[in-house]
Amino acid sequence: MRRRDLLYAVLALLVLWQLAAWAINKPILPSPLLVGIAFVKELNGDLPLHFLVSLWRVAASTLLAVALAAPAGLILGQSPRLNRLLSPLVYLLYPIPKVVFVPVVLLLFGIGDLPKIVIIFIILFFQVLVLVRDQAAALRPELIQSVRSLGAGRRALFRFVYLPASLPAVLTALRQSVGTAVAVLYVAELFATQKGLGYYIYYNGSTLFDYPAMYAGIVAMSLLGLGLYFTVDWLERRLCPWQAAA
Amino acid sequence: MLQLDSVTYAYPGSPPIFQDYSWQVGRGQAWTVLGPSGCGKTTLLYLLAGLRFPTCGHVRVDGQSLARPRPRTGLILQDYGLLPWATVRQNAALGLRVRNFYGPDGKHAPPNYIPEKDVQPWLERLGLSDQAEKYPHQLSGGQRQRTAIARTLALKPDLLLMDEPFSSIDAPTREGLQALTLELYSEQNLTLVLITHAIEEAAYIGQRILLLSRIPNTQAQVIENPSAGSPGYRYSADYTALCRELRQRMEAA
Repeated sequence: MRRRDLLYAVLALLVLWQLAAWAINKPILPSPLLVGIAFVKELNGDLPLHFLVSLWRVAASTLLAVALAAPAGLILGQSPRLNRLLSPLVYLLYPIPKVVFVPVVLLLFGIGDLPKIVIIFIILFFQVLVLVRDQAAALRPELIQSVRSLGAGRRALFRFVYLPASLPAVLTALRQSVGTAVAVLYVAELFATQKGLGYYIYYNGSTLFDYPAMYAGIVAMSLLGLGLYFTVDWLERRLCPWQAAA
Repeated sequence: MLQLDSVTYAYPGSPPIFQDYSWQVGRGQAWTVLGPSGCGKTTLLYLLAGLRFPTCGHVRVDGQSLARPRPRTGLILQDYGLLPWATVRQNAALGLRVRNFYGPDGKHAPPNYIPEKDVQPWLERLGLSDQAEKYPHQLSGGQRQRTAIARTLALKPDLLLMDEPFSSIDAPTREGLQALTLELYSEQNLTLVLITHAIEEAAYIGQRILLLSRIPNTQAQVIENPSAGSPGYRYSADYTALCRELRQRMEAA
């Protein structure tokens, strides 16, 4: 994503928003200017704290998902027998919208950060697992053989072949699931917490009826997602320079 | 140096490709293995590389039965086997990095191996200095194969195994690489086994030619070709006659 394109998109969105605000002309849709003022005001209030709590939940679940799903994907991708055994299970669970697990996870893991982290973890886990597995399965046997002929055993194959081969898959999986993760974060933060952007948006919108503050929270959530996309892009440029050269 | 001792090899559920097959390669010899597709050429190479093992019999290198890839055997495959995410320099250094990773354990690297990282001399020798920071997909077929050769020779092998290394490369580049292979063979005191389905290539490079035909292969058919590699051989009457003979023998099989 280029910065200039992003700027144009933001401008277009602001214009549409302003037009809609004029057309509807009700407190439920304040103008971008009002929301901007509320956003700046909230920056000196609780908003940064809620933002950081949400960021922590997404970051922790992402790290956890990559740490568990990437090795599992590598193992499945390189072991056709194991893959045959487990892929029906993966495909049964993969298409279920993970948001349906929110009540179950809340019940099992109680209040606090853990259930929120677990629910986002489940979403990312399957995405990373499936993409890394496919990537590892696509490594041609000739490539493995030729690296083995250079003296590589299991450990060196992991270090020099499997690990770098799975990086793009991990990053693609993250890019694909960041949007879903933030969306589900909102739902997860509606329950049993008083911290996080989800709670903040809901509380301001449905309890205080402070619509500009609610939209400030939505803007913060959008910035959270955008920041995550940019982080993934940055990691890709740093860790997978060969893709940029393609 | 290389010895196949009554080797039988079959893929599971298939008829044997080699049956009670014996063959010997002396140190410093240049061999080509010629045959049509499906005759077991690549299987033979994998057996020699220690990447596959005979169902019966033994593959020996220097008298030792082969149980795993041997550190001083270099292998170059048809489709280069380069890491797509690594530059030419990183690919050329891969073998050294693998060795440095394990250290001189005698299993993954020779016991007297001294850690090394620099592949620049090899990049220069193979004319790749200008390509050093490019990725494989940015190279021509010939440059990719040169990278694979640099990677293998950086490990200072004494035995070089090549599986149809130039078959997907255009004719002028292929002839250049064949000449380069012969230069490197004598310059580095290698024992060379090159697999090919191209009669001209077998005749040009192999001082001895092993002919594989219909499976199962039971007896080594060897054709002596002592003038191979000498200057101007490609344009001599001997070369043309040998090519004709090889063609007839392949058709007869």
